[in-house]
Amino acid sequence: MIRVCALTDLPPGEVLRLDLEPAVAVFHTEDGEVFAVDDNCTHQNASLADGWLEGCEVECPLHAARFDLRTGEPDGPPATRPIRTHQVDITDGDIYLTLSPAAQPGATLPAP
Amino acid sequence: MRRIAVVGGSLAGVSAARALRKQGYDGELVMVCDEPGPPYDRPPLSKSLLAGESTEAEIGLLGEGETFDADWRIGVAATGLRPAEGGVTLSDGTELRVDAVVIATGARPRQPWPDAPAGVFTLRTLDDARALRARLLPGARLVVVGAGFVGAEVASTARALGVDVTVVEALGTPLAAALGNEFGAVIAGLHAAHGVRLLCGTGVSRLVGQQYVEGVELADGRMIPADVVLVGVGVRPNVEWLAGSGLRVTDGVQCDAYGLTGIDRVVAVGDCASWYEPAVGGHSRLEHWTGARERAAIAVSSLLSGGRQRVEGRPPYFWSDQYGRTLQLAGRIAAADSVTVEEGSAAEHEFLAVYRQAGQPVAVLALGHARSFLRWRKQLAAAPTAAG
Repeated sequence: MIRVCALTDLPPGEVLRLDLEPAVAVFHTEDGEVFAVDDNCTHQNASLADGWLEGCEVECPLHAARFDLRTGEPDGPPATRPIRTHQVDITDGDIYLTLSPAAQPGATLPAP
Repeated sequence: MRRIAVVGGSLAGVSAARALRKQGYDGELVMVCDEPGPPYDRPPLSKSLLAGESTEAEIGLLGEGETFDADWRIGVAATGLRPAEGGVTLSDGTELRVDAVVIATGARPRQPWPDAPAGVFTLRTLDDARALRARLLPGARLVVVGAGFVGAEVASTARALGVDVTVVEALGTPLAAALGNEFGAVIAGLHAAHGVRLLCGTGVSRLVGQQYVEGVELADGRMIPADVVLVGVGVRPNVEWLAGSGLRVTDGVQCDAYGLTGIDRVVAVGDCASWYEPAVGGHSRLEHWTGARERAAIAVSSLLSGGRQRVEGRPPYFWSDQYGRTLQLAGRIAAADSVTVEEGSAAEHEFLAVYRQAGQPVAVLALGHARSFLRWRKQLAAAPTAAG
């Protein structure tokens, strides 16, 4: 489990990119939920932390692929594969991240 | 409404069907799709699919098992619409009776040389892409007529395949209408930097060749030898089938800013639709992928609410992938009276530029500055000029 930051340091609507391998994007939605997913768009090389967060979806900044942050599933093309989601816990006002051990079916991760 | 027809099975039509279900419509849905196969995404046709980097299976528009619980009429075109009785006539002789219609019949390429010899292509459909791909062999000579986005992307893909490429553009600057003269010229520089010859300011007088194309003769008399020709000189909306429907059709189906046509329970989206743009004060057809997707959801909301629920769209956004880079433009440049590079350098083909009208940002253009680009794009969306 990784401590990300204090919840107050990531205001709603904001995102934090964690320089892990692979990189992880942690989103705090306007509705107050926190989600963590692999940062790289499964369509083409782009950082989802640079994307457009709307509700529980993030839209890739380049080709507008949209992913549901709850499931990682794309909402139609251009992406066809889900992004990997990670477990987030809020404990005593801090955000904690538990990385998923393996790729979700169909997802491809960069080599470590 | 218990039975709705979506006419058109490309991005706008499929997005409309998806939006109907997402917004709670649970009645019957008929999908009228004139192309022979399942719906697919068009942007890869000039890029990854043409390059052989994506397969046809990978560019499908439908998710796994996604059918919208619809009655799919594949390979069938609509040939007539009679809104008063909810009648849609299909090319197989069927008469549909529906409560509402989403018009999403798209556009087709302009082809000034309909009787051209073999080896001359336009690019809109999967069949077009398959045929063109088969001709893009290393060492082949490709002449692209028209330096718009399709032409530029095909030129880029063909270069990477080892094809010898010449692009011919009638106007003095490529993409002048889309980006303005200054940045049209900047983007044109990408062609030269990648070994593509760009000939501007001269039209094509004829295509040479009897059975098979041999070259392109320019208006100034020059002859450019060619084994393959791609004609990319714009599109026209597929609206002929609406003759006699009572809809206002000029350059596309005229709609208000919410997709309503003025005829009850008929909305139009995508390349065939000309929406009123409050920010511009007139109608225009947006031929952008993002517009087809976002406006489908807006039009469906208008349809299901009878026009009472008004959803504001984002400013137009499109991208073009050329030579390994992504060009991004958001907003409307038509009104701009100035444009300045705010990051990077135009000469280096790596920059972000902001178009302004009376000091207010109205559009942003970027090559390789995705993060700041999105910040500007959000700012445009929040600006009062984008509101209706």
